[in-house]
Amino acid sequence: MASPMSAPLDASGQIASLNEGYKYGFVTDIETESAPPGLDEDTVRFISAKKGEPQWLLDWRLAAFRAWEKLEAPNWAKLNVAPIDYQGATYWSAPKSKDDAPKSLDEVDPELLAMYEKLGVPMREREALAGVAPQGVAVDAVFDSVSVATTFKGQLAELGIIFCSFGEAVHEHPELVRRYLGTVVPQSDNFFAALNSAVFSDGSFAYIPPGVRCPMELSTYFRINAAKSGQFERTLLIADKGAYVSYLEGCTAPQRDENQLHAAVVELIAHEDAQIKYSTVQNWYPGDAEGKGGIYNFVTKRGACRGDRAKISWTQVETGSAITWKYPSCILEGDDSVGEFYSVAITNNRQQADTGTKMIHIGKNTSSTIISKGISAGRGQNTYRGLVRVQPRAEGARNYTQCDSLLIGDRCGAHTVPYIEVRNPSARVEHEATTSKISEDQMFYCRQRGLSQEDALSLIVNGFCKEVLKELPMEFAVEAQKLLAVSLEGSVG
Amino acid sequence: MLQIKNLHARLKDGREILKGIDLTVEAGEVHAIMGPNGSGKSTLAAVLAGRDGYEVTEGSVTYQGRDLLAMPADERAREGVFLAFQYPVEIPGVNNMYFLRAALNAGRRHRGEPELDAGQFLRAVRGKLKLLEISEDLMQRAVNVGFSGGEKKRNEIFQMAMLEPRLAILDETDSGLDIDALRLVARGVNGLRAPDRAIVLITHYQRLLDHIEPDRVHVLQDGRLVQSGDKSLAAELERTGYGAVDAA
Repeated sequence: MASPMSAPLDASGQIASLNEGYKYGFVTDIETESAPPGLDEDTVRFISAKKGEPQWLLDWRLAAFRAWEKLEAPNWAKLNVAPIDYQGATYWSAPKSKDDAPKSLDEVDPELLAMYEKLGVPMREREALAGVAPQGVAVDAVFDSVSVATTFKGQLAELGIIFCSFGEAVHEHPELVRRYLGTVVPQSDNFFAALNSAVFSDGSFAYIPPGVRCPMELSTYFRINAAKSGQFERTLLIADKGAYVSYLEGCTAPQRDENQLHAAVVELIAHEDAQIKYSTVQNWYPGDAEGKGGIYNFVTKRGACRGDRAKISWTQVETGSAITWKYPSCILEGDDSVGEFYSVAITNNRQQADTGTKMIHIGKNTSSTIISKGISAGRGQNTYRGLVRVQPRAEGARNYTQCDSLLIGDRCGAHTVPYIEVRNPSARVEHEATTSKISEDQMFYCRQRGLSQEDALSLIVNGFCKEVLKELPMEFAVEAQKLLAVSLEGSVG
Repeated sequence: MLQIKNLHARLKDGREILKGIDLTVEAGEVHAIMGPNGSGKSTLAAVLAGRDGYEVTEGSVTYQGRDLLAMPADERAREGVFLAFQYPVEIPGVNNMYFLRAALNAGRRHRGEPELDAGQFLRAVRGKLKLLEISEDLMQRAVNVGFSGGEKKRNEIFQMAMLEPRLAILDETDSGLDIDALRLVARGVNGLRAPDRAIVLITHYQRLLDHIEPDRVHVLQDGRLVQSGDKSLAAELERTGYGAVDAA
């Protein structure tokens, strides 16, 4: 993503030029401090010590590390992944700063600020305030392993909202972190979640107190800069009773020939009557046309609707990464709680995506909606994998699933793998799936009206994704539309 | 405006559809091309608009002094060639108004004119909607999705009115229209007659020509223009059928 703030609001951005390529591929020359490559208990201790963590968290990490050693990388996804050398990767990389950490924006390395400016992240609050959105966006920016700055903190604090880096939360709000960390995604949940739990470096933390509606979008911006480094951030969001928050996440990485690993964990907790809307525009470097380089994105995202009438919505636009393995899920514990998953996933060239969701219905009258749009071009392979499970107690549970696949060209693939497990006879589960090719008639119709081939494709694809894009906050949606166009560059003609 | 000389075209499978068309259309004129099913009417429209799937094997087409066949389809459109489709295409999820503005601005950019913003565009739209009795509600729906046959055809003419082409080709725009819709479409087309604009009507039936009076009428038969005349030719065809022309 680029800035949600600086995005042009003119809807004609929808058909922006296709010839931009991956414009976030630059490397920032900045002094960094890294751990030696490799992963053992000492690495875990090193990271924990670097962050000055309390003993309980170190113990928690070590437990995760021991679990990870016993786990195997999942192989059930429809992905062709070259073996990953976990001992060759670097698990800690941070901009070297003169002090321990920047205390205000003025202390942040100007190179870093310049980089975020290049990416369009509205780091400086005054810029953000001068932006187009009436309410502004509070941004937490994570550069390699550490969070470099969080904006709008003061304004949020007045409402009792906590929004800070994960590392800061550990020190400032240990009781909250300890109470919720790992309660949605346990340390040993899966191979990548365990890895993250052992070595996670930083990430974002937000807590919205009871009855508070967060007045602005909270946003984290992730950037992998260092070579051969992994990024393992952890996000923990808690919406207390009756609270509301909309959260945006964007990601980019430099263009490098070797693969970089990204294994994040996101945990959401929504209490009674609370609502969390979580939007992602994932634009990690996808690798080149031949499949060289690119990010391996193995992410565990899960939200729990703990209280009655809680609601969690995931919206994701996945355009980047060489490999995407990601299933943002909802555990619907509270009665009448609601889970939603809206997804657009694009694979072009040699990209592979295996993505979908899990909706676990536990409470009564819980309902879930899944709208998935997969677009495959080039030699891309795109799989929707989704589980809808209705537990015996989930009287009156409802699910609606719609999976649409669009094929561009004849060398790509689209696959739909739905799992439906219903253990309550009163449940109602609907599943619809379609697969279509971009039609020559549509292309010709657009071109006959004067649109270039690229613009025509972009228009048709955006139309195909509309049900998902409309779920994104507006500034983000414009950005996402442009990204779709860029991602499909060279896929026709 | 448009000079077609000895135009031959075939389908990808090698079947020759156009077998030597000669036609000159001047600015300000309305020409009707009539002919039975399978005579090559729609192929002629498709070749002029630059649709893929046809191969021109012989002949030339000159448009405003330029080689039309050398231009890609979208460039032809931006240069002022408009095709009203016999079967307008549905584009799910794309707002009709948005689509039209993108098209209009593509042309304006091409001509070095400033793009219209949403407000200017809306004002331009409102005037022309009335002419064709199209509701604004229709403009907010996805392009041609769920439109009735008549709505689709009116939408084509509406697009034409907005894009103000130099050369408009209407491919069987009258087919499937009831008499009220036909009148509206004809009113729209007549409103676009202008000294600097040429209109080519492709039709199977004479009834459209009751409402839009052509300067010239041509009969297309088996890939060739076998007869040309003034508007009285259309009436004669109506009386005698295409078979009589064939025999002539």
